[in-house]
Amino acid sequence: MTRFWQWFWSLLLGVPLAVFVVWGVWDNAKLFFITLLNGLTLASLYFIVASGFTLVFGLMRNVNLAHGSLYLLGGYVGYFVAEKTGYFVLALAAGFLVAALVGLLMQVSIFRFMQGEDLRQTMVTIGLSIVIADLLIWGIGAQVHQMSAPDWLAGPLRDIPLIAAYSKYRMALLPLGIAIGVLLWLFLNRTRVGMMIRAGVDDRAMLAATGVNVNLVFAVTFAIGAGLAGFGGVIGAVELSMVPGEDVRLLLASLIVVIVGGMGSVVGAAVGAIILGVAETYGLAYAPTYSVVFTFVILAMVLAFRPRGILGAAA
Amino acid sequence: MSAAEWRNAMNAGAGRLAMGKLLPQKQGQTTFSDPADRIGGKRGLSLFLHIGLRHVVVLAFLLAFPVYATPFLTFQIGAQSLALGLVALSLTFLAGYGGMVSLAQMTVAGIAGYSVAIFGAAGSSDAAISLGWPWWLAVAVAVVIATLCAAFIGWLSVRTEGIYTIMITLAVGVAFYYLCLQNYSVFNGFQGFQRVQAPTVLGINWREPLPFYYLALFWSLAGYFFIKYLLRAPFGIALQGIRDNPRRMNALGFHVTAHRIAAYAVAGVLAAIGGVLLVWYNGLITPNSAGTSWLINILIIAVLGGMRHPIGPFIGAVVFVLLQTFAIDLIDRERFNLVIGTVFLAIVLFSPDGLLGLWAALKSRFASGSKFPTPRGGSK
Repeated sequence: MTRFWQWFWSLLLGVPLAVFVVWGVWDNAKLFFITLLNGLTLASLYFIVASGFTLVFGLMRNVNLAHGSLYLLGGYVGYFVAEKTGYFVLALAAGFLVAALVGLLMQVSIFRFMQGEDLRQTMVTIGLSIVIADLLIWGIGAQVHQMSAPDWLAGPLRDIPLIAAYSKYRMALLPLGIAIGVLLWLFLNRTRVGMMIRAGVDDRAMLAATGVNVNLVFAVTFAIGAGLAGFGGVIGAVELSMVPGEDVRLLLASLIVVIVGGMGSVVGAAVGAIILGVAETYGLAYAPTYSVVFTFVILAMVLAFRPRGILGAAA
Repeated sequence: MSAAEWRNAMNAGAGRLAMGKLLPQKQGQTTFSDPADRIGGKRGLSLFLHIGLRHVVVLAFLLAFPVYATPFLTFQIGAQSLALGLVALSLTFLAGYGGMVSLAQMTVAGIAGYSVAIFGAAGSSDAAISLGWPWWLAVAVAVVIATLCAAFIGWLSVRTEGIYTIMITLAVGVAFYYLCLQNYSVFNGFQGFQRVQAPTVLGINWREPLPFYYLALFWSLAGYFFIKYLLRAPFGIALQGIRDNPRRMNALGFHVTAHRIAAYAVAGVLAAIGGVLLVWYNGLITPNSAGTSWLINILIIAVLGGMRHPIGPFIGAVVFVLLQTFAIDLIDRERFNLVIGTVFLAIVLFSPDGLLGLWAALKSRFASGSKFPTPRGGSK
């Protein structure tokens, strides 16, 4: 792309965006900044769920369309653990572990036998998501489960300039999302297993040839990816709520996040999550009828100009 | 293909590139001789000589079905299977012969259904939105709009391949669902449109089971034979070539993207007709008619039947509708998703070519020397 077109597109996108920001702050600063915070905290949840999705995809080229079901499963497990024990941290751990275990089971019992058959794996995960969703309805019921935040995160955080007060729990999601992002980055870039995973992303066959047990790496990655979905489920059980149908919503969010950000890239997932979360909440706050259309327009624009996503590498 | 043939083909392709036109259909036939012989030539010329006993039996069975079946069976099982099969046929065409698994086919059908409701006449409560055009105009406009939307969805998704296509079409489909759900000025939100019924034409009330069954049968047969014809036409051959090796087809001078978008448009016409039939069958359209579960149900139907032959989606639709209707007797009414999900999972795990593949496997086991062509790579 030439310099002129770069300027042209950044102006075409940037000017209306800047006008909107100025208008939003001038018109109702409190609403604007609360919406921004809502968007970023939602982005945090999206990032946690989608980073697991993109991790699994990046390594195994396996689109796990049952990712949303793992999210819902983790959320329910977290809900019941918190109800029994009263510890939120335990609920988070349980959600992560159960989802990771189910993911591991899926990887070992099914996906190992159909490596390289992308389409078949995708269809199997679709079938699994239908079955899991229905089993969850059967076992737990279709009513709304709302988990309450732990005591030390309950209530609002007061005396913030401009917006006065904001939910402590949601505020805590911001550092949590950043922490998970940094941990994931460190894990992938600074540890031996992370090195193997990155090598597997680049060239699976070569990694196997160097004597690494690729199956084990696959299993570990799948478990971590699925676990992140379950972890996100517990967070979402407080921030949103647990109902049948949320699995599809989060699956769709993960899809859009990784399509926009670029498949297989954790940084891309962060960028995509911020774009989607912010766009969705601003859409809901300022133009409720068409909030979905904004999401769709973003998706279409990214696909039109960068088919592999903003940070996606050419396959 | 031998080296000499390959060189000839390359030369012909280069010549066509130089001409600037990318779709000279006649040359395409001669150039792409290998698959043309295999798929088209031999069988295509003798299409009408090939009508065997089983074709006559099936057609007679379909025509006579309402005579001995109850109106319930005719309408609920027969007509619904045919309409769903038509939508699934569009997916089979795209996925089995174009290599593009699109989950947005039900979205296209939904767009057609919504267009019929918006432009035509819907029930009294929605009169403010419905424009009340005559049925033929509304249906024609609906099919055109849905086809354009299908081409647009195709334009968006052909930039990607394989699993990316699935994800993008799923995202498009769910976005349309939420648009319908949240928009009240055009799509009437959660309620959708009630009492969207087939018109009374030529003194026949087409919403009665018997006429509607024959209407659905007519369009299903038309769609089936159209696809059968198209697969042997130069366009279909080129599309199958693109499925098997896009780079080589590009080198031969075929415009890969244009062919793929055209395939989406063709599939869009089928899905649109199926969508009109479905909205008349249901008598209403709501966001759920194009919701995620139905997007995936179409995939289930297509995969269940098998994507190796255009008859597959209709077989899949019959099985699906039978399961849907009689799952109550098997297990709890609410557990239909469990039944269909398990059946789908079993088919995907154990017979990737669907029921047709199962039939072929049985046939080749019991009678050596199967007449079925061997499954080809990438056609799943």
